[in-house]
Amino acid sequence: MAHEEINLTLQVWRQEGPKKSGKFETHVVRINTHMSFLEMLDVLNEQLNQQKKQPVAFEHDCREGICGSCSLVINGRPHGPMQGTTTCQLHMRHFNDGDTIWIEPYRAKAFPIIKDLVVDRSAFDRIIQAGGYVSVNTGGVPDGNAIPIELNTAKRAFEAATCIGCGACVAACPNASAMLFTSAKVSQLALLPQGRPESKQRVLNMISVMDKEGFGLCSNIGACEAECPKGISLENIALMNREYISANFASRRVPTK
Amino acid sequence: MKWLISFLTSSLGKKVVMSLTGLFLCSFLLVHMIGNLKLFADSDGHKFNEYAEFMAHNPLIKSVSYGLYFFILLHAFQGFLIYFTNRAAVGGGKRYSGKQVSPTEARIASRNMAALGTLILAFLLLHMGQFWLKAKIIGLADGVTLFDEVKIAFSQEWVVIAYLLGLVALSLHLLHGFQSAFQTLGLTHPKYTPLVKMLGYAFSILVPLGFASMPVYFYVMHING
Repeated sequence: MAHEEINLTLQVWRQEGPKKSGKFETHVVRINTHMSFLEMLDVLNEQLNQQKKQPVAFEHDCREGICGSCSLVINGRPHGPMQGTTTCQLHMRHFNDGDTIWIEPYRAKAFPIIKDLVVDRSAFDRIIQAGGYVSVNTGGVPDGNAIPIELNTAKRAFEAATCIGCGACVAACPNASAMLFTSAKVSQLALLPQGRPESKQRVLNMISVMDKEGFGLCSNIGACEAECPKGISLENIALMNREYISANFASRRVPTK
Repeated sequence: MKWLISFLTSSLGKKVVMSLTGLFLCSFLLVHMIGNLKLFADSDGHKFNEYAEFMAHNPLIKSVSYGLYFFILLHAFQGFLIYFTNRAAVGGGKRYSGKQVSPTEARIASRNMAALGTLILAFLLLHMGQFWLKAKIIGLADGVTLFDEVKIAFSQEWVVIAYLLGLVALSLHLLHGFQSAFQTLGLTHPKYTPLVKMLGYAFSILVPLGFASMPVYFYVMHING
């Protein structure tokens, strides 16, 4: 296997802390094209360590596209130029020798920068805490096939459930709206019989918390859907809107969060 | 009532208001366009003047028109409010420095609804100043009919250009707005959404074209004497 080495110029966002002002820093790295984007950043940090400089702070965990930790806006696009991949799944073979790459954190009021490329995405946790779950009572184990679920419905719920909560939708949205993320969870649970009993209260509370966190409003542009590494569909947003309107006008529930 | 206020002030409730007022304004556009086609009914404008007279004095039309003024203001005011909320949510300033080549970058209309809306509002002020203000508030001069006013207005080059620009903005605004309203209301379905989208495209092209035919027709007539 041919190992190709390329030279890259990186424009990396550096910011010491939440209240500090940040700026772009220029670095040059020579890397192997088989590396992932995060491994390329590891190379950069090794280089910075050797120069006794502060390494660049960035988030990562599983490095196999499932944890949703890696973020980054690469050349103006969340998770970089490829569709349907996270930053850790983005390989350097998609870049050319001599390229300049702009690396920035997600920018949204609800996602304050902690350091360099790391943003605080706990707003998403609070949205989930507001209702993104089903209450399960203790007792005997229910029979696996006791509740029939139509195959297509199960598939739609599963597709919504593939959301990894990475926040690319917020980063891509010109309004920094969290509707795709919130709707993925609302839809997943609203589609399944296990989620139905709490569906009205869930949607009321999750949207109430989403608004309080300071996300923008949805303009149905579709940038979120295009940038989502898991391909979560805009249809989920319509389903959530339907749920929200019916929860307000056709149920006795009011938001409790 | 607390629930209603909490709905109307929620992010989604605000969008529902935008979509319902938007769809109402769409129905107005259609009626206004079809009604104004009476301009072509005869060369002396008798039928158009008759129609304008009817519209101005029919009590049902009059009461609906107050609703119309209110919904135009609500749609515009709420729109500006949402625009500023969204700018604040982004965090202000230039957002990303990287050269952005997003797959949805082509959808210019959806990303510029507020700007297009402002253009339409500016056009509306010009339009109302020319006809509504003269016909309803100031009053037309003796012997001058609304049809004459139309002919005078559309004999001026700058008016025709301003109208055409306003209609292009309207068309782009509708191209996104029409189907977006259905999405906001949760009215999407694999069976019906393609129909809604087709209807939306047809509406946003045909209605502005219908309107555009009027200034263009009268300008051409004026040029040819």
